[in-house]
Amino acid sequence: MSVQEKIIEKVVVRFAGDSGDGMQLAGGRFAADTALQRCDLRTMPDFPAEIRAPAGSLAGVSSFQIHFASSPIDTPGDFVDVLVVMNPAALKMDLSSLRKTGILIVNKGQFTAKNFAKAGYPSNPLEDGSLDAYEVHAIDISVLTENSIADLGLAPRTVARCNNFFALGMVLWLYNREIDVTLSWIDSQFTKDTTIRDANKRCLAAGFALGETAEWAQTRFRVPASHLPEGIYRSLTGNQALSLGLVVAGRKAGLDVFLGAYPITPASDILHTMAKMSAAGVITFQAEDEIASIAAALGASYGGALGVTVSSGPGISLKAEAMGLAVMAELPLVILNIQRAGPSTGMPTKTEQADLFQALHGRSGEAPVPVLAAASPADCFDTAIEAARIAIKYRTPVIVLSDAFLANGSEPWHVPSPDHIAPIDPHFCTSPEGFAPYKRDPGSLARPWVRLGTPGLEHRIGGLEKADITGEISYDPDNHERMVMLRAEKINGVKREYGPLELYGDPDAKTLILGWGSTRGAIHGAVSELCAKGTPVAGLHVRHMFPLHAELLPVLNRFESVWVPELNLGQFGYVLRAHGASHVRSLCQIRGLHFRVTDLVQRIEQTLREVQHGN
Amino acid sequence: MGTDAKLSKKDFDAGVDVRWCPGCGDYAILSTVQRTLASLGVAREKQIFISGIGCSSRLPYYMNAYGFHTIHGRAAPIATGLKLARPDLDVWVITGDGDSLSIGAGHFLHTIRRNVNIKILLFNNRIYGLTKGQTSPTSGRGTRTKSTPGGSIDNPFAPLPLAIAAGATFVARAVDTEAKSLQEVLMAAYAHQGTAVIEILQNCNVFNDGVFDHITGREIKHDKQVQLVNGKPLIYGSDASMGIAMDGLGLRVGKIGSDVQAALLLLHDQAASVGQAFAIAQLEEPVAMGVIRAVAQPTYDSEVTARRPLREEDKSSLEALLRGNDSWSIGARIKI
Repeated sequence: MSVQEKIIEKVVVRFAGDSGDGMQLAGGRFAADTALQRCDLRTMPDFPAEIRAPAGSLAGVSSFQIHFASSPIDTPGDFVDVLVVMNPAALKMDLSSLRKTGILIVNKGQFTAKNFAKAGYPSNPLEDGSLDAYEVHAIDISVLTENSIADLGLAPRTVARCNNFFALGMVLWLYNREIDVTLSWIDSQFTKDTTIRDANKRCLAAGFALGETAEWAQTRFRVPASHLPEGIYRSLTGNQALSLGLVVAGRKAGLDVFLGAYPITPASDILHTMAKMSAAGVITFQAEDEIASIAAALGASYGGALGVTVSSGPGISLKAEAMGLAVMAELPLVILNIQRAGPSTGMPTKTEQADLFQALHGRSGEAPVPVLAAASPADCFDTAIEAARIAIKYRTPVIVLSDAFLANGSEPWHVPSPDHIAPIDPHFCTSPEGFAPYKRDPGSLARPWVRLGTPGLEHRIGGLEKADITGEISYDPDNHERMVMLRAEKINGVKREYGPLELYGDPDAKTLILGWGSTRGAIHGAVSELCAKGTPVAGLHVRHMFPLHAELLPVLNRFESVWVPELNLGQFGYVLRAHGASHVRSLCQIRGLHFRVTDLVQRIEQTLREVQHGN
Repeated sequence: MGTDAKLSKKDFDAGVDVRWCPGCGDYAILSTVQRTLASLGVAREKQIFISGIGCSSRLPYYMNAYGFHTIHGRAAPIATGLKLARPDLDVWVITGDGDSLSIGAGHFLHTIRRNVNIKILLFNNRIYGLTKGQTSPTSGRGTRTKSTPGGSIDNPFAPLPLAIAAGATFVARAVDTEAKSLQEVLMAAYAHQGTAVIEILQNCNVFNDGVFDHITGREIKHDKQVQLVNGKPLIYGSDASMGIAMDGLGLRVGKIGSDVQAALLLLHDQAASVGQAFAIAQLEEPVAMGVIRAVAQPTYDSEVTARRPLREEDKSSLEALLRGNDSWSIGARIKI
């Protein structure tokens, strides 16, 4: 019997195994190969905070999901079509995401009594009929891997680390790929230990060949290339995109970029990424704590650089006082918050949008700060540049909200030409003529930014209230009120920089689904699906959380109902109601997980029914 | 550009009302700092004063230079970021015992261990003055304050031994009103490449008046202080009859001839072992004044500077950075 080939439009594949099984690597390489097939794709890594939880335990399961298609897609996928599990714990944790009749590839070699006990299975799930609804391929990947490299004399633990390449070979075969690209990648990565390199290459080839010889599946699939516009593409995570965006912004402004950071999940990758960019003029500083990291960034801004600091919610709490100083000193600063599930340590590797209130209000005094939220991994690039542009022009700290979902997820990014990105004028004050530290630009209300070292412009600033114009210390009541108003008016004026709002879906519908931040993909998917099913809804996505777009409230008021799906207990809904849009209500989820399109569709349909029944 | 004519002390005066309490030791320090900058002949626009919170931290407002009065305890990291971004500037940190040894103690130690080329002037008055008199991390045991009516039960920090233990490459001590020796110490700190920590014993005449009288009193100071001169023996006393010698891992202090042999007197060496510097810094009677330690080590900022391009044209191409090394192309005209 020969293997058939089937063309399909889209598919979701997930690799799941122990944290030590190399699932992130296998998934990442499959995604890289998929990108070269020119498919549209989204990825979603999911891993425990523990570096090596006990082997075989439920807590130690790590997975990598990829959704790819020949048509444009919005999300990493709701349900999995092909699930690869390397042990019983991975089966237990991930089976619920596999759709019925989906393909389940199991490493039978790890399905032992000991591992059943660790995963909490009373009996062998491969034999008790519980998997009958799926197309199960139970293959002893462990033994096949061992056999492929038996002659290399590697320690058993090292041999087991090659299982992931065997599994990757199997999946590459299943999707009608070649292995050359991955083989050359292995060559480029494992240069130090040639035995390990050869072992990985052999296992990849053996996994691929298993399909040719054993024909373990009757059908191979092919997902044709998508029709993305011409150009150069690369796969980019949100954390990489933020880093690149800031470097580009610095160069476009002719400013050195200074990143002050302290390690914290899921933000650390920004420090790692930017630490490799010193040749591009980036200075990175791993500080002794969160406070020192923002303080150093502010010091750099004071000196005339673009100061940047990055953290996640708990670290942002520690930076609050220095943000207040940046508001008072009116210096540019970009603060990145890669949100995670909180409060406190919470669930460090899981996603959430619950730091909106913190970003909007988490400082003492009247301390307005522009807040931007990125919508997708690639959108992080544009958001970072806009944040820097606002920070520099308005001499203000700007907060960018990303989250664990964007930080680690990736998508193809159409690489822009640097020439197509508008320059940023830092507009340093250089002349003593008419200079006063707080004499504002009549248009933007920004105060002058002096590059330290400029003769004749020596002056003092600080956290004490400033006298209008002169910047001298002032406790005058009228002056304080004037300065509070001026700072508020300046930040409110940032909204003049925004582009137009763009409705999608059915703009004439009675119901608007309003999103912000990383939920754009899922909400866009849900709105499109509802419209296709004949349920008219409109969609709108917001990047500017503060100050709000001048047209936002008028647009919201055109709709009978406005629903905001958000990964918190309704923070943006609360903000919008506070601004007078009393008909806004939130659709909340707070499980550390992202929205599934199907769940959103169901909830919107259910809410529509409730509204129609006057509930 | 810059200032060609030699500047006077007055040129460093911001010309605003100074708002310390009359009789405060900070006036004397401000005056000496202004005079020192004038005698160093430095450009005013290159002098940057960063302070935290407290009475001492008001000093930048009174200097005709660039200044930033920041938040409590964080002057050191702000100065660090500034110095890394702008290695061409001279960065001075103005701080106090509460600012740097309580809320900012962590930053104080980490700044020192990195050896960033900044000068830290630590005004030690052993009290919280701006908040109107609470015990500070350098207050002695038993100090009675508003917050310790029964006497402080905390053990105090000794700032300079702490700095030495953190790896300080320059530590010195001076007295607020001793203008000549304070200026000498400031000049030496300015010349040093690396973090310089200068403890200035400063009298708070409102909340802790006379706390250093047993060291600085006009009648007794020669008997209670030893002036350190590099290469010279450690001799003190109004009649120069007292001396200091090594005694095992510690120091022996006493009368030359009877307690301490003249031939064994310790010669001051600013580059001596950490242990010797630590012992000298810890001396309580007499208290060591002047430069205790000065050693050459690479500075953090010079290492950062050596690793990055300083001119715009030397920076790597944005195009290559954006493309990365894993890109692909779509369309006939572009080659993969």
